Amino acid sequence: MDKPIYLDNAATTPTDPAVVEAMLPWFSARYGNPSAIYSLGAQAKEGVTLAREAVAGTLNAQAREIYFTAGGTEADNWALIATAQAYAHKGRHIITSAVEHHAVLHTCQYLEKQGFSVTYVGVDDQGVIRLDELRAALRPDTILISVMFANNEIGTLQPIAQIGQIAREAGVLFHTDAVQAYGHLPIDVQALGVDLLSASGHKFRGPKGVGFLYARDGVKLPSFLHGGAQERARRAGTENVPGIVGLGAAAQLAQASMAWRAETETGLRDYLIERVEREIPHCRLNGHRTQRLPGNVNFSFRFIEGESMLIMLDQAGICASSGSACTSGSLDPSHVLLAIGLPHEIAHGSLRLTLSAENTREELDYVVDRLKEIVQRLRQMSPLYEDFCRKQERS
Amino acid sequence: MYSEKVMDHFTNPRNMGELPDASGVGTVGNAKCGDIMRIYLDIDDQGVIRDCKFKTFGCGAAVATSSMATELVKGKTIQEAMALTNQAVMEALDGLPPVKVHCSLLAEEAVHAALWDYAQKHGVQIPGLKPPKADIGEGEEDEEG
Repeated sequence: MDKPIYLDNAATTPTDPAVVEAMLPWFSARYGNPSAIYSLGAQAKEGVTLAREAVAGTLNAQAREIYFTAGGTEADNWALIATAQAYAHKGRHIITSAVEHHAVLHTCQYLEKQGFSVTYVGVDDQGVIRLDELRAALRPDTILISVMFANNEIGTLQPIAQIGQIAREAGVLFHTDAVQAYGHLPIDVQALGVDLLSASGHKFRGPKGVGFLYARDGVKLPSFLHGGAQERARRAGTENVPGIVGLGAAAQLAQASMAWRAETETGLRDYLIERVEREIPHCRLNGHRTQRLPGNVNFSFRFIEGESMLIMLDQAGICASSGSACTSGSLDPSHVLLAIGLPHEIAHGSLRLTLSAENTREELDYVVDRLKEIVQRLRQMSPLYEDFCRKQERS
Repeated sequence: MYSEKVMDHFTNPRNMGELPDASGVGTVGNAKCGDIMRIYLDIDDQGVIRDCKFKTFGCGAAVATSSMATELVKGKTIQEAMALTNQAVMEALDGLPPVKVHCSLLAEEAVHAALWDYAQKHGVQIPGLKPPKADIGEGEEDEEG
């Protein structure tokens, strides 16, 4: 393989060449500070404004409801911490799900230390939030519900419109971490009843280091970074103009190509799932079979461990990721896989392959062929598999 | 993140497999933490380890440390094998990332567990040998997924 087969698009995506092209002048000729009064500054301000309008257009939002950040993590932190502070007089209870990204989970844990109480609503075995549990968790002092649009590991889509409805009826704000969904699935913040939404540029072929927070008009959003009057005095600091322009360009490109990309990726995804299920024994598809991100495939292979799989895939020129302990930096496997009820040893053997519309069936055929060999080889090395085979022989 | 030696032992593990008539077998670790090592020893009447095999469920470092441990004890006497430390396994592999040091401890424990099993089965006393810590529970992963 001369170039790697990239199946880790949920981690990051390559920046679209057209996006790079759109960004370049803003590093050189158009270097002005958007806050400056002369025309070089006004030009930069215009670039930021156009990007803001482009993003707003993709969400059925208004430009002034879009705040640029340094990425999805900052947007999540801001949405949770700032609204918690602004609405603390109303109550100090927040509801989220057990399968959120750490940008939300760890921020919730931080808020717990600040005296807020957080309910982590469980999910079913496919990773879909339990709406009855969510309703039951509502209290008079609940101020915010934060549930992700789509899960980054297992790809499961959450019933966002229904959650929006529940939040509205309860008079509670609704934030969604849409980092994995924005640019891949249509999102209408009006129709879905979303008050706050986070997204990240590099997940949809935009640049790294830039994202945005959508905050509905009327939602109190205290300043998160203090200093200058940038971003309507909510987020100080000179704008990352090339990044913001790049994010705007990527958002427009993603919107224009969304339908065919989703269709292409869904076709590739289901082809990959079908081949793996047919050809590799003792595997389990994690996440919802149809209510899932177009490009997400997540399997657990029994008796083997994820990091070993990743190293061998890398040696075969395939980029993938896993929810095993070894890749999480702790002894526990992914909280998402545990939340859907997988035992530890099966969660350790998980593999996430996230596709893009640029992948081909030929590539996927190569991947499945290698994966079959790798799983078989690791099982030959596994004492768990040896025990399993002995038991089979005996019974 | 891994040294060339670790990658070599992961990619081309030495002595991987089973010994059907092993004199001693030791299994350590647990599936919950994601590492299980099993070591088979074939020990002759002179107390020399004639053959040694391993099986491992775990990360790259877990496979490499068990592979290296088998190399280090093969052909050695029981006393020499008893002296094997996780430090020696790590040094032979040109080091391990800090988060993977526990893999080398597991390899040392697996060798000791196999020696313990041998001692039990053959009524031999091995000076300094302690019973293995917690062995993995049988029948823990019975359900078929």
